[in-house]
Amino acid sequence: MEAQSRRVAGSSETKNRRRDGAVMYGRGLPTLSIATVVAIAVSLSLVFFYAPLEAEQGFLQKIFYVHVPLAIIALCGFVLGGLLAIQHLRTRDPRWDMRSYVVIHMSLIFAVGTLITGSIWAKGSWGHWWVWSEPTLVSFLIVFLLYATYQPLRFAIEDPERQSRYASVFAITAGAFVPANFIAVRLSTAYLHPRVLGSTSNLPASMALTFLVSLGALSLLFATLCKYELTAKHTRSQIRALRRRLDGGDAGAPARARSAVPSLQHLTTSGAGPVVSAPAAGSSAR
Amino acid sequence: MLAAALAEVPALPLHTAGKYVAGAYIVLFVLVLIYVAIMAIRLSRIERDLGELLSVSESAAPDGPPPAPASPASHDPDRESAPA
Repeated sequence: MEAQSRRVAGSSETKNRRRDGAVMYGRGLPTLSIATVVAIAVSLSLVFFYAPLEAEQGFLQKIFYVHVPLAIIALCGFVLGGLLAIQHLRTRDPRWDMRSYVVIHMSLIFAVGTLITGSIWAKGSWGHWWVWSEPTLVSFLIVFLLYATYQPLRFAIEDPERQSRYASVFAITAGAFVPANFIAVRLSTAYLHPRVLGSTSNLPASMALTFLVSLGALSLLFATLCKYELTAKHTRSQIRALRRRLDGGDAGAPARARSAVPSLQHLTTSGAGPVVSAPAAGSSAR
Repeated sequence: MLAAALAEVPALPLHTAGKYVAGAYIVLFVLVLIYVAIMAIRLSRIERDLGELLSVSESAAPDGPPPAPASPASHDPDRESAPA
């Protein structure tokens, strides 16, 4: 009984890990959330009450202050997911896999926002929701569809170790495809789609400032949502570990249900260091 | 006060493109709102799991020290834990 209560309370290593902040994903979350809200409020104020109307498009151009930052952050997030996946393959630490998964997951949501806001702008400007002859639109859709297969790929692999490895390889390959795709579109000859980022230096100072503030605000939103996601997933895995311990240890624990979400069971059950190569406890290896 | 502030704010040309701009920003707002709703569902699930674990830990300790008397003050976070 005493041993069990000691296990439930957590080992000294676990306590140290919590104290040193290595696995405390929720640390700094309130500050980040407040900074995000303030930045978004400032950004919206600048967009609607400070930035001048664009000569050709008029009020419709205000969409770009949300559409372009969403697209930039989504694409950068995909690349970042690949970099985190490289770190996962180097260290075999499942936490890097979790970070890569969360960043790609959030980038996918931002990409949905990009596609919808872009379609709304296209309808207002071109009179069509979608133009298949426009390379920027189609290439972004291809990138989106490529990453839409990330979750099904993870779900299709039952063994957590193999799942994380294959997902990392996918994230690296697709992450390398993103800048290549971007450069290819830039080199294409059709220029129907406005080049907002390329002409930032030609923007009036007020427009450039508004654009940069919007980019910063949405980047903060991205970081905050990723942190929320990481904290929630880590808390869930900690609760699962606690449940296993209360149920009498890993031996009687039920097998982990198939999931696309990376497993952090190794860390929460053993309290071991970051380098883990063994499959998750309770997983059914093929 | 509000009327004076609104009078100072430049009028927005909402006549033609207003609905599209509003639609784009509403999309962003709705996406964040959906995410917050999902997080709320997850939080309630975590709360339920923690409640279950608490009951499991209490039932798994029949020979342990008796639990502290459930006085209202010990469960009410708004009340002071130490007597005055």
